[in-house]
Order: sequence, then C-alpha cells, then structure tokens
Amino acid sequence: MKKKLIGFMVAAALCLGGAAHAEEGGKLAHQYWPERGVFGKYDMASVQRGFQVYREVCSNCHSLKLMSYRDLKGLGYTDAQVKAVASAYTVQDGPNDEGEMFDRPARPSDRFHSPFANDKAARAANGGALPPDMSLLANARPGGPDYIYGILTGYGTAPADVKMTPGLYWNDTFPGHQIAMPQPLSDGQVTYSNGDAASTQQAARDVAQFLDWASNPHMEARKAMGIKVILFMLFFVGIMRAAKRKVWADVH
Amino acid sequence: MGSTKDGATRRDFLYLTAGAMGAVAVGTAAVPLVSSMNPAADTLALSTAEVDLSHIEVGQRVVAVWRGKPIFIDHRSAEEVKEVRAEVDWHTLRDPQSDASRVKEGHDQWLVMIGICTHLGCIPKGSKQGDPRGEFGGWFCPCHGSEYDRSGRIRKGPAPRNLEVPPYKFVSDTLIRIG
Amino acid sequence: MSRPANTQKFDNCLIQWIDERLPIFTMLTKEYGVFPMPKNANYLWSFGGIALTMLIIMIVTGVFLAMNYTPNTALAFDSVQRTMRDVNYGWLLRYVHMNGASFFFIAVYIHIFRGLYYGSYKSPRELLWIVGVVILILMMATAFMGYALPWSQMSGWGATVITSLFSAIPVIGDGLVTWLWGGFSVANPTLNRFFSLHFLLPFVILGVVFIHVWALHVTGSNNPTGVEPKSEKDTLPFHPYFTVKDSYALVTFMTIFLSVVFFAPLALTEPDHFKHFNPMQTPPEIVPEWYFLPFYAILRSFTHDIYIPFTDIIILPAKLQGVMGMFGSLLLLMVLPWLDTSKVKSARYRPVYKWCLLLLLVSLCVLGYVGSQPAGGSLAVVGQVATAYYFLHFIVLVPVLGFVEKTCPVPASISDDPCCKH
Repeated sequence: MKKKLIGFMVAAALCLGGAAHAEEGGKLAHQYWPERGVFGKYDMASVQRGFQVYREVCSNCHSLKLMSYRDLKGLGYTDAQVKAVASAYTVQDGPNDEGEMFDRPARPSDRFHSPFANDKAARAANGGALPPDMSLLANARPGGPDYIYGILTGYGTAPADVKMTPGLYWNDTFPGHQIAMPQPLSDGQVTYSNGDAASTQQAARDVAQFLDWASNPHMEARKAMGIKVILFMLFFVGIMRAAKRKVWADVH
Repeated sequence: MGSTKDGATRRDFLYLTAGAMGAVAVGTAAVPLVSSMNPAADTLALSTAEVDLSHIEVGQRVVAVWRGKPIFIDHRSAEEVKEVRAEVDWHTLRDPQSDASRVKEGHDQWLVMIGICTHLGCIPKGSKQGDPRGEFGGWFCPCHGSEYDRSGRIRKGPAPRNLEVPPYKFVSDTLIRIG
Repeated sequence: MSRPANTQKFDNCLIQWIDERLPIFTMLTKEYGVFPMPKNANYLWSFGGIALTMLIIMIVTGVFLAMNYTPNTALAFDSVQRTMRDVNYGWLLRYVHMNGASFFFIAVYIHIFRGLYYGSYKSPRELLWIVGVVILILMMATAFMGYALPWSQMSGWGATVITSLFSAIPVIGDGLVTWLWGGFSVANPTLNRFFSLHFLLPFVILGVVFIHVWALHVTGSNNPTGVEPKSEKDTLPFHPYFTVKDSYALVTFMTIFLSVVFFAPLALTEPDHFKHFNPMQTPPEIVPEWYFLPFYAILRSFTHDIYIPFTDIIILPAKLQGVMGMFGSLLLLMVLPWLDTSKVKSARYRPVYKWCLLLLLVSLCVLGYVGSQPAGGSLAVVGQVATAYYFLHFIVLVPVLGFVEKTCPVPASISDDPCCKH
C-alpha cells in the first residue's frame, strides 16, 4: 500500500516537476541486507547457511513449491552436491508399466519436496493454521527480509493485559501480535558446517537472506545487465542531445 | 566556409552514431525475445532419462521416451547380431555405418535409437509384435515407405539417413542413461 | 506509365518502382519528412511518440510472455513464476511488461495534460481529442484485465471489485456481472476471457491510434501559443527537426524506464501480488495500480444515498452514484471541446484558467493519495472535496471562464511570440 503511494507520488512528481516525499513508518526494525539496494549482491555464504536452516527447520512445515533442486546451483553448489541434496528426498512418480504409482529418490529436476500433501493436510497438522509457501515470501510480505527476521526474532511473553488465544504465541512483529507458529528457532538449534552453533539472530538472518534469494533468484544477473544497459543508454542520451542541438542550432 | 563544412561533418557523425546506437539498442532488445523461445531451464533439466533394461527379453523391442521423443530399444540375440553384420557390406549403404559403430562395445546386443524416421519425422512401425517390419526385418515407416534393417540403417525408401543413435551410456549392465 | 498526380519522384529506382504501385514512400515523406510542425512545439509534444513506443513495447513483450502463460486458474500463477524463474530472460520480459504499463500511463497522462494546458482539444481538433479519450478508456480496460492474469490475491480481488461495479446498474446489473464473470464468482471462465481480451485489445488500441494520428495529420499539431501556423516561417519540416528532438526525448524516457526495470522492478507492486488468489479471503487492503487511484477515490467519494425529498424512497443509491461518478469523470473529457467556451486555446494567455488547471492537477494528486489509503475516516472528506473540484472544474469553471476571463493578448502568429525567439 505504501509502495502504491510511493508509485503515485513518483508519477505526481513527474507531472509537477516537484519532489515527492513518502512518509516512513511501520514497526519493522530495518536491518542491513547486502542484496537490497541498487548495486547489492547476495552474501552467498549466508544464503547457503540459510538454506541449511530452511532444510533443518522451516521445511518441516513450509513448502518451497516453486523451487527445484537444480535451482540450488545458483547458490554455488556443484551438480554432485545438488544431486546428493535431492536424493535425500523421496518423490512419487508413475504410473509405471503396471499402472502403479511408485516412490523414487528425487532428482535435480524435481520440485522441492513439500511437507504436506495439500493445504488441508497442512492445516490439519498445524491446528487449523496454514504454513504459507515460502517460494515468494520475501516479496509477499511488506518489508521482505526485515519482516522474516522480525518474526523469527520477535517471540516473547505477552504483556500482562493481553488475553492470549489458546494455541497462539506472542510475537512483536506479527500483525496483531498473536501468531500460530510456535517459536521455530532457538540458540544453538542449527549447527553450521564449520561447527558453530548458530544463535537465533544468526539463523534468522541467514534464512531471511536465503528466502530473499529464493524469491528473486535472478537479481544479481538483473543488476549486472542493468548497469551495462544504463551506461549504454546514458551515452545514447548524450549523443541524441548533441545531435538535437546540432540540428536545431540554425533555427531562429 | 570551413566551419560550415566541419559542422556538416560533425552533424553526419552524430547522425551516424545515433543511428548505429539505435540499431544496436533494437538489435540487443531482440536477443531476450528470441532467446526466450529456446528451451527453458526446466525443460533442459529433463533432458536425461534412465531406462532399466533388466526386464527386456531377448528378441523384445520396447519404446522408451526421452525429451518427448520415442526411443527404440531392441534386445537382439547373438545370432541376429551376427546375421545383420554379415548380410551386407555396409560401405555400400546409403548412409554407410557398421552395426558395431551403432552400439556400445560389449553391449552389442542392445540397439538404442531415436525412433523418428529421418525422412519427415514419422515414427516407424516394427516395435510391436505384428507390426510390419519391412523387407529387412527392421522398421518400416508407414508415411512414405522407408525401410530400415535390424541395425536401424536405411535400406530402401526416401529417408536419407539411418535412425539416429542418441547419446547414452551404460550405467550398469542393465541400466542406461540417455542424454 | 503515367504517375498519379499525388506521388513524387525518388532517385532510388527500387523505391520509385514500389512507390508507383504503392505510394508508401510518398506518404512517409509527406507525413514524416516535410510535414510542417509548428517550430515552437516543446518537449511535451514528444509524449505522443513516446506513448506509441510504449504501446509497441507492451505488444511485443506481451506476445512473448503469452507464449509461456497458461490461462487456467490452477496453473496461471505457476506459469507466470515459471516465466520468472526458468524461461530465458523471462524475468526481463515480465519486468518490462509490468513496469511498461506504468510508464505507458505516465506518458499518456503527460500527453493528456499537455492537451488540456494548450487547448489541443479545441476546434478543429475535437475529433482527434475524442479518439484520444477512447484510447485512454481502452488502455484502462486492457491494463485492468492484464493485472488479473497472474492470478494473485491482487489480481483476483481487483477483478472482483471492478467487475462488481457493474452491479450498481439498476435492473440488469446483477445479470451483467454474472455475464462478465461467466459464472457466479471470478473464476476460470473469467480468467480465460480476460486473457483473450487482454491479447486482443492492444491491437484494437493500435488501430485507434492509427485513426488518432490520421486525424492529427489532417489538422496538424497544436503549439504552445495555440495560434495556428500562418506561414512557412511558423513551421519546420518534421524531419530532421522533430525526428531528432522526439528521439532525444524518447531515449531519455527509456533510460528512466529501464532504470526502474533493472533496479527497482517491484517498486510499484504490492506484496499481495505475490500470493496466489484465494477466493475465500480478501487481503486487508486492496489498492488498484497507481494510475487508477484518482478514479478509485472518486468511486469511493459518494457515500450518501439520495432520497426523494421528504420520503424514504432512494432514487440514487450511493453505489450507483460512485459508479456514475467514476465513469462520468472519463466521459466528461469527451464533451470537453464543447464545455470550453473560451476563444483562446493556450492556457499561457489565460491567467485564471491556468490556476484552475493547476488546482485540477492538485486535486487529482490528492485523489490519488486518498485512493491509496484505507477507506473511511477524515480522509474521505478530503477526497470528496477533491472530487467536487474535479466536476466543478469541468462542468462549471471551464464553461463560465470562457465568458468572464480577461485573457492576455495573443500573438498574431507563432513567429511573433516573444517566448519563441531563439
């Protein structure tokens, strides 16, 4: 909604030739994300750690339906590593020549394994709440990675005057503050491959970056191409400006 | 006078540069458009297929699928291999290829080919029991009457080339990976 | 072979051969080579060409996107995401297309504002202007249906709300909405027809643009003085003067556009546009795209039913008023050439109208802001005031000013205009 407003203001500013000022606000604490910003790039080490957090924690309830295992090559994994990750999961294939469905290890071309067969099964297993698919989570929430980080680190005890609904948990970031997801991360829950036990904040940061990457896998390619295109265009503008001045020089 | 001439040169230079840049811009813009019609990443990821050979009997022909195309797999007997290699001097064929060059060494009984007629893309008959197999006992294309032998080589009819052998390898004695 | 009288002679014999049979080169020379343009036309006159370029970009990227799109409620969202993730440069095509819609509207809105400011809608260009309003309405319909195609929460609910507007029409309203939907809610039949029409309408727009340009080349372009060119001194040949000027403006506009495409492609997009449509759950705030916001605010400004005095009989329910207000705000533009009674075209010589027009722009911006905010509250009153001004401007101020406004002296010809001495 705020974005919409900014968009309108930009348009209005173009009409008026004046400057537009969009008001800042919201409860989210702003973090530094290396990938956000005009020339930002992903911190791939963090994104890889974030994938580990997703795999060990989030994936128990949250699907990543739009991603395939082969996409992990974008994280810097080799073909063999991707294959190894994929083969740890079982997918249903078929029907075979006998007309029966059968299970086989996942291949890199398969979509990520979903924890539940369908939305209803997911609700049934989670007290009626649907764990959202995470493929586009960083784009689908205002604040993106700030929001994800805020939720994961926002658990606490409810103020005394708030009556909590049974089955819900207090969260400083969540709109309405009562969230159905129990606190997913705790200090030391995930041990990274270098032997470090991750703090809640570290794991939340890493997984927020991983999900930002999952939502925008071509971001680095886009910005790299953008720089070349804009440099070309600026030069083009310069040439056109010179040509225009030259042609119009003799008009009186 | 001199300044007018310089002015005209400068103007021509700017025109040419602007025109060239415009052409480059439009040409570059066409690249993503054309490129988007090439196979996408998900299509490319499906470009290998594994086929289990363990339940294909000697003398049996089966059709597998790879990249949406039929793959003919023929489990030939040892005598059949001997016969097909002896029946004709392969140098005299339209598309001269030896049978040995069309199979993997050590797996001479397994013939693996893309089941698409090299004439105009129909699927030749001959894989099922009771199909017409043509004069040479291989495959027969019903569209324009091309006849292939038991090595999948073109022997008669309009097709210019032998049935194509796809890139594949034996992962084990009973499992091949195509692509 | 005797040449028709209205063709000319070319040096190149191939061109000559073609031109004798199909005088396309004669036409191009006449309309874009020697075509007389008022020499004082400023950069605001470049936005017609810019808008046409945006239309072509939208059609080209749209055709390639359609190659990867599946108009089925079960598959639409995923097929768009497959385009974004797997198709070669699919992300680029989509970002150009989705931001291209915004920049198309920016160009067209500037183009319209230029017409309002310099009186380009007045005689002899009334029909040219009306055809332009038709293009605007077609563009809005196309943009609205295109927004539905990704089948996100914003798509589905936007489609639901806007199609439901038609239910305000007395008697036939409900049946009309069912007809639009092809069912009893926004569902697969709706998506299918939206895709079909979203593909068709841009080509219709292209045809109407052709008529628009045709009409323009009959009357010639207006200019900042509003005085029609009187002699050759007042004009310049279109080529090279305006080809190069318009190209300069176009390349500059494209640079801004591409900066957004590559570095802030989601700046104009709502988070809810990344969630799959759920017909059972409306997002807490649904907001149309920025270019619809002023009209959306006009729609919401009508909150009181109108009764027959001293009875309880509603003659005009608020909902119907809103719909009439919204469509009326566009249709009003159609009759603008006859609402404006002033003999002076350009606002440059109309000191009062100039300020009224600025106030109209402000009220549109205010409406845009109000439209972006949640319904209700004190802002609703602000929106109502701005809506009132919008209609007051066109229905009262524009006709009355023609009679009462004391205009400044208008130059005898373009060349006599002190502003355009170079």
